[in-house]
Amino acid sequence: MQLGERDPVTGKYTTGHDWNGIKELDNRVPRVVTFFLLGTILWSIVYWVLMPAWPLGVSYTKGLLGIDQRQTLETAVARGVSQRAAWSEDIERLDFDAIRQDPALMQIVRESGSTLFGDNCAVCHGTDAKGSPGFPSLVGNAWLWGGDAEIIAETLRIGINSGHPESRYAQMPAFGRDGILDRPAISSIVSFIRNNAEGIDDLGPLDTKGVEEGSRLFADNCAACHGANGRGDPAMGVPDLMDDSWVTGSDRETLIRTISQGRQGHMPHWEGRLSEIDRKILALYVTEIAREQAEGGNER
Amino acid sequence: MRLIAGLTTTERQTGLFLAGLVTLMGAALGIAGRNDLLGYHGLLIVVFGAVIMIALLRNLDAPEPEESRLSEYYDDPIRFGIVLTMVWAVFAMFIGVWVSALLAWPELTFDAAWASFGRLRPVHTTGVIFGFGGNALIATSLHVVQRTSRARLPDQVSPWFVLLGYNLFCLLAVTGYFLGITQSKEYAEPEWYADIWLVIIWVTYFVLYIRTLARRKEPHIYVANWYFMAFILVVAVLHIINNLAVPVSFGSAKAYSAFSGVQDAMTQWWYGHNAVAFFLTAGFLGMMYYYLPKRAERPIYSYRLSIISFWGITFLYLWAGSHHLHYTALPHWVQTLGMTFSIVLLVPSWASAGNALLTLNGAWHKVRDDATLRFMMVAAVFYGLTTFEGSFLAIRAVNSLSHYTDWTVGHVHAGALGWVAMITFGALYTLTPSLWKRERMYSNSLVEVHFWCAVIGTFIYVFAMWNSGIIQGLMWRTYNDSGTLTYSFIESLVAMHPYYIARTVGGLFFLTGAVVGTYNILMTIRHEPRPLRERAETLGADQPLVPGE
Ligand code: HEC
Ligand code: HEC
Ligand code: HEM
Repeated sequence: MQLGERDPVTGKYTTGHDWNGIKELDNRVPRVVTFFLLGTILWSIVYWVLMPAWPLGVSYTKGLLGIDQRQTLETAVARGVSQRAAWSEDIERLDFDAIRQDPALMQIVRESGSTLFGDNCAVCHGTDAKGSPGFPSLVGNAWLWGGDAEIIAETLRIGINSGHPESRYAQMPAFGRDGILDRPAISSIVSFIRNNAEGIDDLGPLDTKGVEEGSRLFADNCAACHGANGRGDPAMGVPDLMDDSWVTGSDRETLIRTISQGRQGHMPHWEGRLSEIDRKILALYVTEIAREQAEGGNER
Repeated sequence: MRLIAGLTTTERQTGLFLAGLVTLMGAALGIAGRNDLLGYHGLLIVVFGAVIMIALLRNLDAPEPEESRLSEYYDDPIRFGIVLTMVWAVFAMFIGVWVSALLAWPELTFDAAWASFGRLRPVHTTGVIFGFGGNALIATSLHVVQRTSRARLPDQVSPWFVLLGYNLFCLLAVTGYFLGITQSKEYAEPEWYADIWLVIIWVTYFVLYIRTLARRKEPHIYVANWYFMAFILVVAVLHIINNLAVPVSFGSAKAYSAFSGVQDAMTQWWYGHNAVAFFLTAGFLGMMYYYLPKRAERPIYSYRLSIISFWGITFLYLWAGSHHLHYTALPHWVQTLGMTFSIVLLVPSWASAGNALLTLNGAWHKVRDDATLRFMMVAAVFYGLTTFEGSFLAIRAVNSLSHYTDWTVGHVHAGALGWVAMITFGALYTLTPSLWKRERMYSNSLVEVHFWCAVIGTFIYVFAMWNSGIIQGLMWRTYNDSGTLTYSFIESLVAMHPYYIARTVGGLFFLTGAVVGTYNILMTIRHEPRPLRERAETLGADQPLVPGE
């Protein structure tokens, strides 16, 4: 190669090329580059010999170590299962009361229940399980279907209005939309509910209107499901309308909307998605956090 | 318009014909797709074509340009491209900040479908990569190829066709996402009609480049041109193969990919990774190889090192794509190959970064004083850092921690902000004064401000994502003694929140820098050159006026 001029700064020669003033020095490729290039290539070759690496038509070189990602995964999963077997078998075998007697098992329920709840339930019921409009609180000790671990486990298995063949079914009819009750009638019923339910202390002028009428209309239209005293019926998943806990809300507007439009909450079923053990853990976990909440409330 | 006055009458007529053709195509698409979202894009193309036609028609009988133009380089499209680059930069980085804020405060979608995360995110990625990066590459490559070949572009129509056509593609892409048109392949989201259009543009670009090189008066082809050629050629191949698809009908925006299952995933990441390699790396290396030695006024450290790096990078990158699919349904052996090639790749990558930094030997005092050169120096450092991180992340075991976490996003932005954007700003600050015949940028202190905004922004962004990504990865794989997961996903989201806010702050710094830069460039364009006499007073007699040109 024809050599160019000497670079005054480094004392090296240029290659003699010149592109609009850009020149190149004729420096050798530094040793480290060659060294690492050969080193990494050598390492790659060793790695290819040891691991699955090159395609051979319909097959591939399996590698001397005989490692395969599917096998590795299956072993890891099996190892995890056997590690958990120490307690998972107990949870599967024992009934809820027996598990509650065992502090070690309950520790596991709390630990993994919290993660299971966060990953599967918190989107709807909230990270604190206190719910939000349309999604019931699970720690208020006011239940639609009941707060026993057995009942909750069943709710989890089949869901509510979920499409599961055995699903729990609960529907609040749409009295306004379907033309069963007119607007003034619904308004009186709302007055009746708001005057009699616990914990409603923001009564406005509208709430004094038609309470008597509302009471009569309630007996005629609502008592069949919600009970004569409005206390609901857990056997049918009908909520108590006289307590201070609400799925949708107790303000006038929301109540009118619920009664006019009806309501049918959707709680997914978890059979086929969470194992029976996981569902059992969750049922116990939910009763635990509900109990803790209630006790915490009493202490205060 | 001065730009049109530079064209000959025949060229104006050719331009008119082409714009008319585009308008007709748009009308055809619009009519066929009138009951589909495609209708909007038909309309957009018609408007785009019509605007160009009107501009040409109004100046059709302007006087012919001077003959003397043929003895100079043809720079009008390059000047236009620089302005477009900065417009896209500000727009797309603004969307980046918005997307980033969305992850911290999800309610910022304002309940509008077009403003949802899933639509804005590709607007950001396409806007920065193709809008900002692509325009910068087209502009600088056409500048570099003329200077290093000592040849004028062969004609005056095809560069405009490439530049404007390419921006039409970007517009189709970005407006499509807002409307909900996407084929949901990352970095290849535009649908079939936009893809076909880009093929036409890209082939023209390739031919234009080859024709210019063929006219060269230098015996050798300079390194920068090797990289630009690799960029243009490989991107064409990647784009065509990954986008093979069958449209539902001529009147529908939707097409279905020719690939499915794991083949689709592999094709997509072969494309995706080499988009990074040839668009965001090779192209910008081309840029670096010209503007860095120019600005530093130093010879390239080693020609032989350039050769090794070039062939290493072009050969090895093409094998590395499968490292995006570790621990998936992709066969183990493909993952092994992707991983090993990614490791070897580190050597030529560092050789390039080293070649750039060693070129600065003898010019470090300039790096200290000149923010423009410092931009390019920092870019080379970030290039080295990012490629090291990339090879590291390609190791399967490391990837099992990093994949699907913010670590990847941090890695991407170390490259995107630290390398791609910084080398571009360095190049543009070198190029702008020389193209507009100014002795320097409108304000050197604003370049300095931009530099520090960019550096601070990048550091905040990258450190936030490193932290957040590693915490996230660890939270996802931490087990209790009982053998179940310790954290729920939502808890990991809560842990990310402060980092998302930090990233937004970093992004704001970076965006501010880009806005300052745009202002500075526009003022340089408007600013009258100072009279020669005054210039002689402020500059020492032996100092060159513009180190760039
Ligand atoms: C898609 C949202 C959604 C998800 C996810 C969800 N739930 Fe529910 N859940 C509901 C709704 C809505 C109801 C109330 C149904 C009704 O109104 O009839 C409900 C009801 C329940 C009830 C009955 C409460 C009572 O008072 O009897 C329990 C118990 C329950 N959910 C537990 C869970 C658990 C545990 C999980 C996680 C495995 C979970 N839910 C996941 C929406 C959801
Ligand atoms: C056919 C049985 C049935 C009748 C009749 C019925 N309800 Fe209901 N109601 C339900 C069920 C079941 C729910 C729970 C629905 C759900 O959450 O999915 C409910 C829910 C409600 C709620 C929402 C409670 C909350 O916590 O947010 C209100 C309010 C209510 N009913 C009021 C009424 C009134 C007033 C009437 C009479 C006009 C009435 N219901 C008649 C079955 C009935
Ligand atoms: C103002 C500066 C910027 C900000 C605030 C920003 C912000 C973001 C955000 C929030 C995301 C989405 C991350 C996620 O989904 O979790 C993203 C993705 C991305 N950005 Fe940026 N960005 C900026 C500049 C750039 C630039 C200049 C480039 C390229 C030149 C770039 C390239 C990308 C790419 C390729 C992705 C996709 C990453 C992946 O899929 O892993 N960004 N950016």
